[in-house]
Amino acid sequence: MMDATINIKEAFEKTEGVAENLAAFRNENWKVFSGLGLPALKHEEWRYTKIKNLFNNGMVIDTEGSAVDKNFVNQFILPGVASANSIIFVNGRFRNDLSTISSSKDILVVKSLEEASGDEDAAFVSLHLGHSQKYHADGINALNAAFAAGGVYIKVNKGKAVGQPIIIYSISDSSDGFRLSLPRILVNVEEAAQVEIIQTYINHGGGQSLTNEVTEICVARDAIMHYIKLQNEGPKSSHTGTTHIRQLGKSLTHAVTITLDGEIVRNNLNMVMEAEYCESNMYGLYLIKGNTLADNHTIVDNMVPNCLSNELYKGIMDESATGVFNGKIFVRQDAQKTNAYQSNKNILLGNKSSANTKPQLEIFADDVKCSHGCTIGKLDKDALFYLKARGISAENAQALLLHAFAIDILNQIKNKEIRTYVESLISERLSFSI
Amino acid sequence: MHEENDDILEQVTTSEYKYGFVTDIEADEAPRGLSEDTVRFISAKKNEPEWMLQNRLKAYRHWLTMEEPKWPNVSYPAINYQDIIYYSAPKQKIAPDSLDDIDPELRKTFDKLGISLNEQKRLTGIAVDAVIDSVSVATTFKEELSKVGVIFCSMSEAIQEHPELIKKYLGSVVPATDNFFTALNAAVFSDGSFCYIPKGVRCPMELSTYFRINAANTGQFERTLIVAEDESYVSYLEGCTAPMRDENQLHAAVVELVAMEKAEIKYSTVQNWYPGDKEGKGGIYNFVTKRGICAGNYSKISWTQVETGSSITWKYPSVILKGDHSTGEFYSVAVTNNCQQADTGTKMIHLGKNTKSRIVSKGISAGRSHNSYRGLVDVAKNASNARNFSQCDSLLLGDRCGAHTFPYIEVKNNTAMVEHEATTSKIGEDQIFYCNQRGIDTETAVALIINGFAKEVMNQLPMEFAVEAQKLLAISLEGSVG
Amino acid sequence: MLKIVNLQARIEEKEILKGINLEIKPGEVHAIMGPNGSGKSTLASVLAGREDYEVTGGSVNFLGKDLLELSPEDRAKEGLFLAFQYPVEIPGVSTTNFIKTAVNEKRKYQGLEPLDAAQFLKIMKEKMKLVEIDQSLLSRSLNEGFSGGEKKRNEIFQMAMLEPKLAILDETDSGLDIDALRIVANGVNQLRSKDKAFLVVTHYQRLLDYIVPDFVHVLYNGRIVRSGTKELALELEEKGYDFIKAEVEKELA
Repeated sequence: MMDATINIKEAFEKTEGVAENLAAFRNENWKVFSGLGLPALKHEEWRYTKIKNLFNNGMVIDTEGSAVDKNFVNQFILPGVASANSIIFVNGRFRNDLSTISSSKDILVVKSLEEASGDEDAAFVSLHLGHSQKYHADGINALNAAFAAGGVYIKVNKGKAVGQPIIIYSISDSSDGFRLSLPRILVNVEEAAQVEIIQTYINHGGGQSLTNEVTEICVARDAIMHYIKLQNEGPKSSHTGTTHIRQLGKSLTHAVTITLDGEIVRNNLNMVMEAEYCESNMYGLYLIKGNTLADNHTIVDNMVPNCLSNELYKGIMDESATGVFNGKIFVRQDAQKTNAYQSNKNILLGNKSSANTKPQLEIFADDVKCSHGCTIGKLDKDALFYLKARGISAENAQALLLHAFAIDILNQIKNKEIRTYVESLISERLSFSI
Repeated sequence: MHEENDDILEQVTTSEYKYGFVTDIEADEAPRGLSEDTVRFISAKKNEPEWMLQNRLKAYRHWLTMEEPKWPNVSYPAINYQDIIYYSAPKQKIAPDSLDDIDPELRKTFDKLGISLNEQKRLTGIAVDAVIDSVSVATTFKEELSKVGVIFCSMSEAIQEHPELIKKYLGSVVPATDNFFTALNAAVFSDGSFCYIPKGVRCPMELSTYFRINAANTGQFERTLIVAEDESYVSYLEGCTAPMRDENQLHAAVVELVAMEKAEIKYSTVQNWYPGDKEGKGGIYNFVTKRGICAGNYSKISWTQVETGSSITWKYPSVILKGDHSTGEFYSVAVTNNCQQADTGTKMIHLGKNTKSRIVSKGISAGRSHNSYRGLVDVAKNASNARNFSQCDSLLLGDRCGAHTFPYIEVKNNTAMVEHEATTSKIGEDQIFYCNQRGIDTETAVALIINGFAKEVMNQLPMEFAVEAQKLLAISLEGSVG
Repeated sequence: MLKIVNLQARIEEKEILKGINLEIKPGEVHAIMGPNGSGKSTLASVLAGREDYEVTGGSVNFLGKDLLELSPEDRAKEGLFLAFQYPVEIPGVSTTNFIKTAVNEKRKYQGLEPLDAAQFLKIMKEKMKLVEIDQSLLSRSLNEGFSGGEKKRNEIFQMAMLEPKLAILDETDSGLDIDALRIVANGVNQLRSKDKAFLVVTHYQRLLDYIVPDFVHVLYNGRIVRSGTKELALELEEKGYDFIKAEVEKELA
């Protein structure tokens, strides 16, 4: 079978001329992608994650929109959140026709990225679209950008609180081959707005898939943005995603990333703190088994003084799973009085499981308090024994302790319905119930 | 007081480089530049056996195929390897046993460094191998050591006298092909120290080597090899200084340690190469590969280093924990100031079962310097019950410096327990004011705080070195702590 | 001993002390009370020489010297001691070494020989009893991981070791339970003598039950608005600071 780069080239050429407003952005990034190619292991940022091999065989790329209807979509809607704003991507392309926006237009605006780059939001789009590339100047990011015209633009209007969460479903249909989906999302959270954004992914059809996504979120002064990324696609689904959050004004951001399944899962999460007194919290849980590789790369960039960031990522690796964590904290020269905390904790359950972690501090200012810590180990023997001594079976004792380990990440999910749902997934995984 | 504080911080951290004198000694030098002829020249100078020359040539040819590493977090202008003199020896002959005949100029050099080559006048029971530029000029206490079977001599001598040991161990821990600088070193190394501690012997005194770069435009490429047989113990100290010169000088050393069953090697370094001036002019490029192997079960290797010198440091003293129940330790204080750059740390490679390692790294950055900790803790698939604890702390003095940590932790065995902690902070104004209020001036206060920060590592140094190291941290503790 | 005349100070752009007048003679214990934000701690800090505060007017004479001209360490060496409201933690520096450094710096200033280890230890043992402080605490890093009570006791212990002429206790009672308060006060009382003076800064009258002052001053809005004897403290306790505030506002109106 042929190399996927040929499919990609064909798809790019096929979509040529479809986008007007984004044509320049597309072409520019196509050039970058053609130049850089796909990152290999010797690329420091991809040291533990062999993404290149996924492209060895042919891939299917959607260029015009698959013929599916709302009934098809409905089967994937998460439990308990039927009244939420559902934004649907099928095979990497935003589908306005399948999306359901329950909030009113004066609160929430959802339209295609191509449209947004030609109307009153054009200035915003041209200013912020592609900013993540400054942090990830690699072929993976550029590949997504070359197909950005199929993306979505979301705006939460000034001073408005979106009552219902925004749930972005990325559905990949892998029934007719290795599916490559390239979703692109740009979010504009205006001054004093409040919103909760949830992203989740579905692989339908039983084949292999790769979702290569870029989500860029700008948060303005006094806004509050909660973000949840939920990954539970299945062992044949790979993911390379970047969530790039810019805090343009004093604001609060809160991100939770939950990874429960996948083949190769790579998440980049960036918090760029561009205004004083910003606060950001980043939480992650990777609870994986089989041959899953979950790789979380995070960046906290303190560009200005007086910002606070908190980060806690926890991993449980069963069977032959591999967990990777790389957390970078940059404190620029002007960013005095920065407080940045980071912690990564891993439990290795499986005999063939492994963990690689690289917490990284790069500090150019002197009046800062930064700390990071990480641990890799197994469950506390004494605690296990204590539980067993109280008559709890070995399996339940382990499940109980793992659940306790995971719970402080779960508790960071503010949305009750989603939290309940994720909790049920985890309990099921751990065969745990009280 | 902000400004005043900065001034004092600057004074405290800018101790004048005291070892910057040049000794006027006639030197016997190789022509500038590097080629197969240079390698042959060095080998011939040392009157080496053919196998050694072949080893060198092989390393040289391999070096030609390699590229200088670019990944460290340091920057410097490209090094012109053809502009370096690869061999320089003080032009005087010394018979190994006639220390009294040493050139008075040379003796003065070591006196200025506070190292006594005179066994009668010795202050402490430390055996010294003194290496100036490319060659070892004196080794003390040889006889006393040989009584217990300890071999302590220059590398040149070892090649002549103990070829079987050299053939067996040289390059066994750090092969020539390991990296760009080890290949270069293997091709052109001119001298260094060799220690061999036979089975069951506890070396009766501390062994030490003082390295001194003297001649201009030379590179220093020494090699140290320590082999500790079963159930033996040795503590080894290494000190380094160089004159102040405007141009950069390259120091690319290789140190190899081999610890057999139940053997213990303690290796301490106080590195004070000339760091360059305040503007960053001159100074030593210190590109060093140090690695030990805990080859036998229950063996232990411990690295302690106090790094205050060099304009650029690139060095990761490492331990390969091959033997079951073996232990690796790394204790480091790295001070950078002015325009110095340091990228240093360690690698702990856990291969055997029930292995343990401990890393304590304290970085202090001042001026416009950059101080990076880079470390790797690797637990291999079969290394069950491996334990590691790492603590990396950075202290920043001034707002124009940088502190960076790049710890890599790779665990492939689920019985491992690995813990890493790191903090970055500055000396707080409130801490200084608190000291001031108790009548302690700012300079002393800063010294107190820095000493407290580095204490865990300083405690690991042998007494004599600890004193020197404290002085090196440019700390005046006059009549204070006891 | 201490004469403060029309002392004014500010932090950044905010005026905090607006003209303080106070005279303290040897052997006297003065208490400064006042509501939160009245400038009590600022006064203590300015006297000790904290640089965050800018003195904009007035003068302070301490034992014949212009206090404001002296560096913080020289003020200390001249015999001024501040017991901090929030004692600072210094990791890695043992309390013993710290105090020894301080004691010998002062001795050097006075032209005395430094104490050797044995002499120092002997004095330390004596003074430890004063504040019921444990040896193990003194070998730990300065204030690191100390409880609130331990920190305050450590302050008084240092005061005993440094034998100041004027000691300023900045809210030493804050965060102390009654037992700890008693120990601290007891330590202070034993150090009282006819040539030493104390300036006790506190929000509550409670401490003054244990350390009985000769004079009580009420600080409000950067000025001393009332002065009296210990009965004033009792009156304040009974009527609350609002009563003083109201009275002062009335006078101003």
